[in-house]
Amino acid sequence: MKKFAAWAIFIFGVVYFVLPLIGMTEFSLKMRRGVYSFDAYFKVLADPQFQATFTYSIMLALATILIGVLIVVPTAYWVRLKVPEARPLVEFITLLPLVIPAIVIVFGYIRMYNTSSVLPLTGSAFGTDILLTMGYVTLALPYMYRSVDTGLRTIDVGTLTEAAQSLGAGWVTILGRVILPNVLVAVLSGAFLTFAIVIGEFTMAALLNRPAFGPYMQILGANRAYEPPALAVIAFAITWACMGLIQLVTRFAGHERAKA
Amino acid sequence: MTAFLDLQHLEKSFGETRVVKDFNLGIAKGEFVSLLGPSGCGKTTVLRMIAGFETPSSGAVIVDGKDVTGLRPNQRNVGMVFQAYALFPNLTVAQNVGFGLKVKGVGKQEAEARVAEMLAMIGLPQLGGRYPFQLSGGQQQRVALARALAPRPQLLLLDEPLSALDAKIRVSLRQEIRDIQRSLGITTIFVTHDQEEALSMSDRIVVMNGGIAEQAGSPFDVYNRPATRFVAQFVGTLSLLPATVTDVAAGTVSVAGTAVSGLALPPAAHTGAAVSLALRPESLRRQGRPGDASLSGIVRSVDFLGSVMRTRVEAAGEMLAFDAFNDPALPPPQPGDTMTLHFAPDSALVLPA
Ligand SMILES: Nc1ncnc2c1ncn2[C@@H]1O[C@H](COP(=O)(O)OP(=O)(O)O)[C@@H](O)[C@H]1O
Ligand SMILES: [Mg+2]
Repeated sequence: MKKFAAWAIFIFGVVYFVLPLIGMTEFSLKMRRGVYSFDAYFKVLADPQFQATFTYSIMLALATILIGVLIVVPTAYWVRLKVPEARPLVEFITLLPLVIPAIVIVFGYIRMYNTSSVLPLTGSAFGTDILLTMGYVTLALPYMYRSVDTGLRTIDVGTLTEAAQSLGAGWVTILGRVILPNVLVAVLSGAFLTFAIVIGEFTMAALLNRPAFGPYMQILGANRAYEPPALAVIAFAITWACMGLIQLVTRFAGHERAKA
Repeated sequence: MTAFLDLQHLEKSFGETRVVKDFNLGIAKGEFVSLLGPSGCGKTTVLRMIAGFETPSSGAVIVDGKDVTGLRPNQRNVGMVFQAYALFPNLTVAQNVGFGLKVKGVGKQEAEARVAEMLAMIGLPQLGGRYPFQLSGGQQQRVALARALAPRPQLLLLDEPLSALDAKIRVSLRQEIRDIQRSLGITTIFVTHDQEEALSMSDRIVVMNGGIAEQAGSPFDVYNRPATRFVAQFVGTLSLLPATVTDVAAGTVSVAGTAVSGLALPPAAHTGAAVSLALRPESLRRQGRPGDASLSGIVRSVDFLGSVMRTRVEAAGEMLAFDAFNDPALPPPQPGDTMTLHFAPDSALVLPA
């Protein structure tokens, strides 16, 4: 009976999640009348708008990852090393972006940094890019912090720090040569999650009016028939590739350690 | 002689708790000093103040005439070895050993030569390419020692470096560490709660208790002439028998009705004072010599320890531990036997009760 229930739930899940995917993929292949073809995909990939927005979002994702790592790794390290009692508080703060809608954050940004403010970031394209990147860093914060903090738990942060200090190392050397390399796998997991989030993000990019991949998908979806599902499949594949890469690096690192 | 490392009135409090109290110690260049004491007595805290990981609440740390109390750990040029090895897991053995050299900006060739020299010194010249997780505990601790010594530190500090290892490796590494220390002539402080380690390795032992240095002296002194009751009991095995002073001038006490004379009494002893007569297991013997005092009791247990046989004899209401070399020609005593034990009065200690 229990087994039956488990199977029933599993089959329901498959039907609920996989069927729409199959339907969508099937539809995206039907651009040419009567036969299956990749026409819709070629069309999407050849679209200069696609290339431009996709490149833009990749650049922003990389910037987001870089800034995220530079903020999160030292913070999580410092909290673990010097103020472990503040960990619950810091964790709570990093979880806030999950509770506060992106639209609230972005309206806050627009109010704070509009053209008549002290720091008129929205006044220029580059300034707005910075603002958007910061927004993305915020969105990715919960995932990045969790990953890194979990990674730090696997090493003896305190003793390794002291060992490095007694060998003459300063903070930059300790973070760069001792801490970061030892949480690299965790950082990579966080990075791939961040990448997946940024590539698909719509709200912030649309409200700040930047040519990102998310708004492009939305515009395309409103105006075409076959290309949007093709695009959705591509976006979906990217997300899953990121998840797969997380699995891969984690598995690989575990394998390396276990070889002893 | 001026001390190379001078600890002056070191104090450390965590909140309300005073963990180290007025700690003073001078160590000569090249000396090997152990801090010995039970867990929680403040040994690690003293070591961490020398390394710079803790700031003393008051007092000073002087190295080679310079006050380093305010210096950060990475400015002190002090080599540190931890109980948990603390090798960098992402670096190979050679990279671990070379870490301090790289931080110092030593040239590549010179650093490589130094690393090779260090690996040869610890007897692991082939393992430079391995990662720490591929080494045994003993090998990891040797690498940690090489890593600490590679940048030619002024001081070597070891915090219970052998405690995580198997008994056999622990004993062989003692000798190895001591040999390396001697050959380099590096001033060393070794923290341990294991009296055997401290006795066998050190030039000098500082016995600590409750944040206080109870006694500092050579292993021979600390063992044979303990300054306090705590030192007497913590270092080595000691049987204590209740006694009463009967004659201060002759150094006589009465133990269970038997008078023992010729003892060195504590300075404050007066006639009628209650004291403890303390006896080491190895100062008791079954055959008396002229001038010996003697005590009789009943054998309660006999432990065969290989070269030595430890017998516990109940005398004067207390258990006396008695060690004798194993003699295959002599039948061991049996529990229940009556046994008379002899000792030279000058081998006994009289401690305030
Ligand atoms: N950072 C700290 N905060 C509060 N108490 C501490 C700290 N470090 C050590 N102590 C306390 O100081 C005492 C001495 O510790 P320690 O020097 O580690 O002893 P030992 O090394 O002799 O075992 C212990 O009671 C310990 O609990
Ligand atoms: Mg300790």
